[in-house]
This record gives sequence, structure tokens and C-alpha cells, in this order.
Amino acid sequence: MAECHPVGFQWVMEAKARGAKVFHVDPRFTRTSAVAHRHLPIRAGSDIVLLGALVNHVLSGGHDFREYVLNYTNAASIVGEDFRDTEDLDGLFSGYDAEKREYDPTSWAYQNGDAQAAAGARDEAKTDDDRSHEHGPGATFEATPSQTGHAPRRDETLEHPRCVYQILKRHFARYTPELVEEMCGIGPERFAELADAIVANSGRDRTTAFVYSVGWTQHTVGAQYIRTAAILQLLLGNIGRPGGGILALRGHASIQGSTDIPTLFNLLPGYLPMPYAHEHEDLDTYLERAAGDTGFWGNKRAYMVSLLKAWWGDAATADNDFCFDYLPRLTGDHGTYHTVLDQIAGKVKGYFLMGENPAVGSAGGRLQRQGLAATEWLVVRDLNLIESAEFWRNSPEIAAGETSPEQIATEVFFLPAAAHTEKDGTFTNTQRLLQWHHKALDPPGDARSDLWFIYHLGLRVRERLAGSTDRNDRPIQELTWDYPVEGPHDDPSAEAVLAEINGYDGDGRPLSGFTALKDDGSTSSGCWIYSGCYTGGVNQTARRRPGPEQSWVAPEWGWAWPANRRILYNRASADPEGRPWSERKAYVWWDGEQWTGHDVPDFEKTKPPSYEPPEGATAQDAIAGTDPFIMQTDGKAWLFVPKGLVDGPLPAHYEPQESPVANPLYAQQDNPARQLYPRRGNRYHPAGSTVYPYAFTTYRLTEHHTAGGMSRFLPYLSELQPEMFCEVSPALAAERGLTNGGWATIVTARTAIEARVLVTERMSPLRIQGRTVHQVGLPYHWGTSGVVRGDSANDLLPIVLDANTHIQESKAATCDIRPGRRPQGAALGALVRRYRRQAGIPED
Amino acid sequence: MFNKRVGIEYWPVLRQLTGSDRLGRGKAARSKDTDALRARTGQADRVVESVCPYCAVGCGQKVYVKDEKVIQIEGDPNSPISRGRLCPKGSASKQLVTSPGRQTKVLYRRPHGTDWESLDLDEAMDMIADRVVDARRSGWEDTYEGKPVRRTMGIASLGGATLDNEENYLIKKLWSALGAIQIENQARI
Repeated sequence: MAECHPVGFQWVMEAKARGAKVFHVDPRFTRTSAVAHRHLPIRAGSDIVLLGALVNHVLSGGHDFREYVLNYTNAASIVGEDFRDTEDLDGLFSGYDAEKREYDPTSWAYQNGDAQAAAGARDEAKTDDDRSHEHGPGATFEATPSQTGHAPRRDETLEHPRCVYQILKRHFARYTPELVEEMCGIGPERFAELADAIVANSGRDRTTAFVYSVGWTQHTVGAQYIRTAAILQLLLGNIGRPGGGILALRGHASIQGSTDIPTLFNLLPGYLPMPYAHEHEDLDTYLERAAGDTGFWGNKRAYMVSLLKAWWGDAATADNDFCFDYLPRLTGDHGTYHTVLDQIAGKVKGYFLMGENPAVGSAGGRLQRQGLAATEWLVVRDLNLIESAEFWRNSPEIAAGETSPEQIATEVFFLPAAAHTEKDGTFTNTQRLLQWHHKALDPPGDARSDLWFIYHLGLRVRERLAGSTDRNDRPIQELTWDYPVEGPHDDPSAEAVLAEINGYDGDGRPLSGFTALKDDGSTSSGCWIYSGCYTGGVNQTARRRPGPEQSWVAPEWGWAWPANRRILYNRASADPEGRPWSERKAYVWWDGEQWTGHDVPDFEKTKPPSYEPPEGATAQDAIAGTDPFIMQTDGKAWLFVPKGLVDGPLPAHYEPQESPVANPLYAQQDNPARQLYPRRGNRYHPAGSTVYPYAFTTYRLTEHHTAGGMSRFLPYLSELQPEMFCEVSPALAAERGLTNGGWATIVTARTAIEARVLVTERMSPLRIQGRTVHQVGLPYHWGTSGVVRGDSANDLLPIVLDANTHIQESKAATCDIRPGRRPQGAALGALVRRYRRQAGIPED
Repeated sequence: MFNKRVGIEYWPVLRQLTGSDRLGRGKAARSKDTDALRARTGQADRVVESVCPYCAVGCGQKVYVKDEKVIQIEGDPNSPISRGRLCPKGSASKQLVTSPGRQTKVLYRRPHGTDWESLDLDEAMDMIADRVVDARRSGWEDTYEGKPVRRTMGIASLGGATLDNEENYLIKKLWSALGAIQIENQARI
């Protein structure tokens, strides 16, 4: 955190100054470790063992926050008789189809009770598309229609053998400190210190926070890493409370915003699922699958109809299902890695890159560049001439003589982009806070904002299709696409777009928030969770009341979704009766008439703690006064997930696709549902390979930004971190003859790269299963363009994905490392092939 | 150093030895030149409130503009998130926006071309619009395995995490209306 989010880290230091204990779990020693009380070097890819052992420590020691667990989680819910755990099936949950490599989650359901996922796999259909056998399920099971009125059976004593609490206890029983030592390389004393500190710092009077980044998400079990932390934090009562939580630190200024208002294939704004292809799907059947009928998702029709009204205006009527048919349909995983493979297969004609540099920043760099070279035309919008714009003349493949500009047919348009200082708009930061940045001046030359680009491109496309009678052109002809323009370049008004996102009532007045949305077409809102950001016609995101003039929650700086709440599910900061768990941890509470406190209560303001839902109630009316998790169909946080995940209702430790060791827990070595793409250019290493004996992990440096498009082109930052390097321990350096300051070549089945060697005790060799495992650290910022240049760590990685998120495993893989620079020209490929042959990997 | 213009009595060492500032850290070290120094930020025509464009912490920035040029970017002490601080990247953001290496002209590379060519922005926009219409049509699918999909697989897009919410919104809205589904950004990575 001190490396990649340095200014945010000041709050960790503030907490430390007030007595907080800071643990840093990371394969390498960083600036964070330097100021933490304890650094725990861990083997990359083994975190579920560590977190699972903490869960086991809490459960077997009786350390759970019982009142919180019983009332606010599904610990008491009873799971159906057909469920089988990984402990019963040697690493598989019930419902696994080995041929399709996917789960049928039916047997994970509650007994006598139905539940619907608030996120994850929802409106998705089984498809027999030709890729499904190759890559695994990719979240393609049929979500069943949701029902209401059947609360799951519960056992408040938590003794029933099939209640979630008991299932958890059995599931995690083998996640012991001994296993942590064997698999993570963290000794029992260090583990005890961590476990004791977490337990001592949780409860009525204290809370513990977990902070993570892509070190948890970029794995074939990434979603389950975070799930394990969620289980632990819920058992300890650390969710929805000040100082608690599981905090994702995101790496781009608006990566949270681009998830909320998603430039993502599987989502519509506000986490509504994109519709999947079904035989006869209309708005009603879509909504049945999209979310549950109980909890706040029960208002899904209002959210969806308001979105359709924002997009198609007067053309969207109740008679035509509000133009629901205008939305294109999905049939599987259409994520970025899939698209790249489709590009190589010649299926994608045109490609837009807007502020993204996949030639350096995405796993499998060679495949990324192959994909770019196989598209007919490419539009790159950026501040600088990044590798993804110039791959046709400076890629490593050209340097190696494998291809040449004359052979690459891609037509490339480079359009310079406006900087943040040259446009109005909002970023959503990592805590869901929308902050408006004001335009300071016009962009230079041909540079334009992406708002300008997409708006004017839309106008030109509409012009071309204006006279068409093809019904497929109606969605673009009838789209609301008329924004006021301003300035010398006719920039569309960002404020007008924000107002559309906020939404309007039937009289054209800005909505006050998402609770004002209607399902009859009388309201519009481009993103229901953002509704309220422009309430009263005032840009709430531009509020900048100075911090020192506000409470510590600072509610008048920017605007947080939803409803300007700064901590989600904060009803859980009070006990079931609505009283703060303790004076010290008071946040929101019931004052006898309404919910009040330091933050906007994440609960209906006047719903008393005594409220019990009547039979057959829907939406928020079905949520009891004691249920804080208002987006869930049962109002409870899910320790066990009966629906929504494609790789199991509980986290289980699986080894990374490429691992130096065997999984001692189960015969199942790796996540059985992971998405695999074995093919030319994407060969995987066998587990425990002696040809690729070392683990490696990739990461960022303070002085650079992801794929370097905004940092490697700046002299200041280039001077601070001028050269690609690898970090190795003195022991590994001795074993492989590497010299500090010299060169090393890192080899995988995909390619080989070179890097300067940094021999440092920041990398510690770990004892795993009785032998030494070395880890190599690789920053991934460099490429063939920019002020400073170097080989790209992402070129080493294969494409293998988490089936829930379709995110690549770039935090744990295996390699060999050898002294000296890598071969040039054709010799590079020869070296990589020689390694593959030695490892028995199929020839390309 | 001795300054002939103002006489020996202004020699800092002499002033340090003879005056009250014996440590030489106060007025003994001052000169008229020192007193005439003004912070660049003080000369700005306007100061604009902004947000750092790098990571997602969302540090407040103040953008100082003079003669329609950014002359400095500093942390905003009012921000309850950052309290005026910026990291090395945030501190370098003036160079991000003013760097002479920044591209400000449209560039075009024709198929099999060996170099960039210049292209008028308006013409580029028309060419791109033509290609979008064409790729959309050629990649169009009415059905997939018998089920209606009404989409195009001919166009894909990547990027959004470094852009504004309003930009992401229009990207998703336009592409969806055109039937393109392969719309992705860094959040997947």
C-alpha cells in the first residue's frame, strides 16, 4: 500500500500512531513492510491457506462475535441434504461436471429456502459454444428464477450438522498452523502472533481492517481469496463498522467508476447484469433471473426501466417493454482475453483502445500484440505513443525477426487524448467517492476528451444510419444522443451527462436518489446507484468543503454512492436493537424514532429494529429491522454462498496453474473451474516442473503507473525508476550465479525476458513442504516505447483465468532464471523452445 | 558571496557575525533577491480544483494556470483524503500534461505502412465512423444457436479505468446501442 497508494497509506500511519498493529503479508519486503510491525513473507498463491487457518482459529477457539454472526450472517441457515464439501469429494464440491469442467450449483442451495445472488453469475445461460470445452465454464450456468416468501430454515443454536456454521467448521478444520507453515512458509509463532492480534482487535470495542489489491484478485482463485477474508471478517464482526471492512485499493483514477458504470461486457450500469441469450426472453423473464425479489434488488424493475428510459427516452414505452429488445445479448465469456483470442482468429475487425496499453499491461504480451496485428483497424486514444499504438514497428517480435511492418496489415489511427486538466468530469475513487475535476484549459492541438470523441463519433454514425429502415438500426436511431455542447471544439457538457446519470422525474426535475425511481417509465436514470449525485440540480460531486471544517466522516467532500454513504451496510455498526456495539465504535444507531449517526444510515430511515416482514413481502419490506445486508435476498451476509459463484460455495485452497509444489489438501491440484486456453503461444508449465523451478510474481513500483503510458513517457518518473529489474534473494543469486547490477534472463514456456538483477534480502527463500522455494519479483511497467525502455514481465505470463471474474493469474507462476542477457533475434525463440522440449511441453 | 552592487555590509557572513542572527538561518541569509522571489503559484491567472489522474486514492489537486498554460500542480490541503499530499506520480502530473513528448496531432498508419502519416482530425473521425458502420454490419449476428442476440462481434473496445464516469457512460451507451458487447476495461485485468 505504501508503494502503490502512498498518500492513502498516511491513514495507516495515523492508525499506527494511535496504537494500531500493522501486519504486512507479501512475498517481498516493501516500503509497507518497512513501517509495519511485522512483515510476513508468503508464497504467492497460498493466501487461502493462511486466511482459512485464521477462519479455523476463530471457529475452533470460539472467538467469533456470536451476536453479530447469529443475527447478521447466514451462519444459522441450513443447507440442503445433497450438498457435499471438498472434504467429502477430495477437492470438489457437489455438482461438478468433469467433462464440461463446470459446476451445477443446485445442491448448494438452502434447505426449504430460496436465495438469489446480489452479484456474480445471474442472467447467464448454458451455451454449447465451441469454446466452452476449452476454457471451462466462465460463469455460464442457468440462474433459476427467484422466489420470495420462503425464509431459509435456521438453527439458532448453530448445532445442526448442516447449518452453515457447522459446515464451515468442518470445511476449514484441516487449515491449521502446520499447513500454513508447510504451504505459505509462515511459521507457527508468526501465525499465532497474527491470529492473536486479529482476534484481540475484533469485537464490540475494536475492529480490524483488511486491505488488498490485485495481489488477491489476479489468481485463478481470486474471488475466493476475497471470500475467505469476508468469512473471517464476518465471523469477527468487522463488516459495516468503522475501522473494519475488506478494502480493495484500486489502481486507476476511475477504475471503480468504470465498474459501476461499466465498460465491462457482463454488466449494465449499477450492477444490473447484461442480458444473456434465451429463447423467449422479455423484460419480465430477464428481471426474474437478474436479481432476487426481496431486499433492495426487489426494485430491479425500477432500476432497469429507468436505465432504458435514459437510453431510449420517449421511444421506450410499456408497450414495447421499454426497448429491452434493443440490448444485445451475451452467450458466454466476452471478456478482454477472449476478445484477444478472437482477434487472433480473425473474428474482430475493429478495436478501440482508450487509455489502455494491453501490449504491455495484459498477460501474454505476445498474444496481445498478435491480436492487435490481426485486427483490420485499430483506434488508439492516449496521451503518448504507447506500445499498443506502435507495435507494428517496435514490438519484441519485430526485434526478433518474427514479423515486420510490411507484414502487418492493421490500419492504425492514433488520436491524442485530453488530460484530466483539460476536461470536466468525475472520477470515482477506491472508496466509491465521486469527485468532480474542473477543466482548467483547452486541450492542445488535435487532443480531445474521450467524451468529445465518443459523442461526435456517435453523431457521425447516426448520420450514416439515419435513413436506414433496417430494424437493427433502430436502437442507434432512437438513442437519446443530444447533449449541449460548449467551447471551441463543441465539447459535450459533462455536467449534462452527469445529470442524465443521476436521472429525472416525470417533470424533468433531477431525482433526489434511487429510492425515487419508478418502474412505470415515469423516471429515468443512467445508473441507479449514482442517482442523487445531482440532486436539486446541484453537482454534489463538486462539493469541496475543507476537511478540517467537517466531521471525520467528511460527508460534504464529493459524493459517495449510494446516497452519499461512506460505509456500506453500516446498520451492522449497531446491535440488533439498534444500539452502538460500544461507545468507542458508535457509527449509526436507532434513536427511538429513526436511524441517525455520523454517516448516512444504510437502512430505511424509519424502519425500527423491531420490524418483522409480513408473509409475502417483497423488496425492502421483506428485510427485517435487524438485517443489515439489504441487497441480499435474506438480508444476511453470506458465509456460505448458495448461489452466484461458479467455483464453489466456499473457498478451498487450490494451487496456481503454475506451481512449484503439489496441493497437499486434495487430489484436485488446481481450481477445477478455472478457464484454460492451451494453445500455440500459451503453453502451461506442469506443476513441480524442474525445468521452471522458481515461482515468480509481478508488481508495481511507486514511481510508475501500470503499463507505463502515464509514467514511462515522463522524464521525472523515468529518472526515478529507469530500468527493468528483477528482485532475487542472495541464496537464489548464489544458486544461479546472478550478480547484483548484472543481467538475468527469465524464461517461461511463452518467452524469455531480460532484467537487471537486484540481489536483496527483501526476497526471502521459503521452506515449503520441506524444501526451499525461491520467488523472483518482477515489476511489469516496461516496454519498447517511452523515455526508458525494457522487457515486459507480462510477456512471460500465460492466459489462465478466474472463472468468476475472467481475470488472469498474474500474481503466481513459475520460471527459470539464468545469468546474462537474453539471446537476440531467432536465438530467443530457440532458447524458449529448448526449455519447452526439456519440460515435455507440446511444441508450438 | 560579496555583492559589489550593495556593498560589503550586505555580505551574509558579516551580517551573521555582527547581527542578531548568529546561526545564519534567518535575516542574515536574506537578500533583496531573496525578498523579491515569488512562488510560481502566486503568479497564476487562475487556480482550478482537480483530482489526481493516477491511482484510485483520489488525491485533491490544485492546477495553476497562467497564459493558458499549466504552470504548476500541487496537492490540495483541503482534501480530507490527501490533506495536501501527492506521491511521486501525482507530483509529476504537471509533466504529464505539459511534457513536450506528449502527442497532440492525429497520426495514421496505413496497412503494411512503415511510418506514421499525418491526418486531419475531421477526416480521421469520418474514416473511423465509416469503419464502425462497416465492421458492425459484417460482424452482425441476429441469432446465436437459434437464440436471438442482435449484436455485432465486429467491434471491440478496451479502456475506461483512466477515463471519467461520464465518458464511460457514453461509451457503454453508444456501443450497446450499436450492438457491440466486447466492451472492457482495466477492471477485468
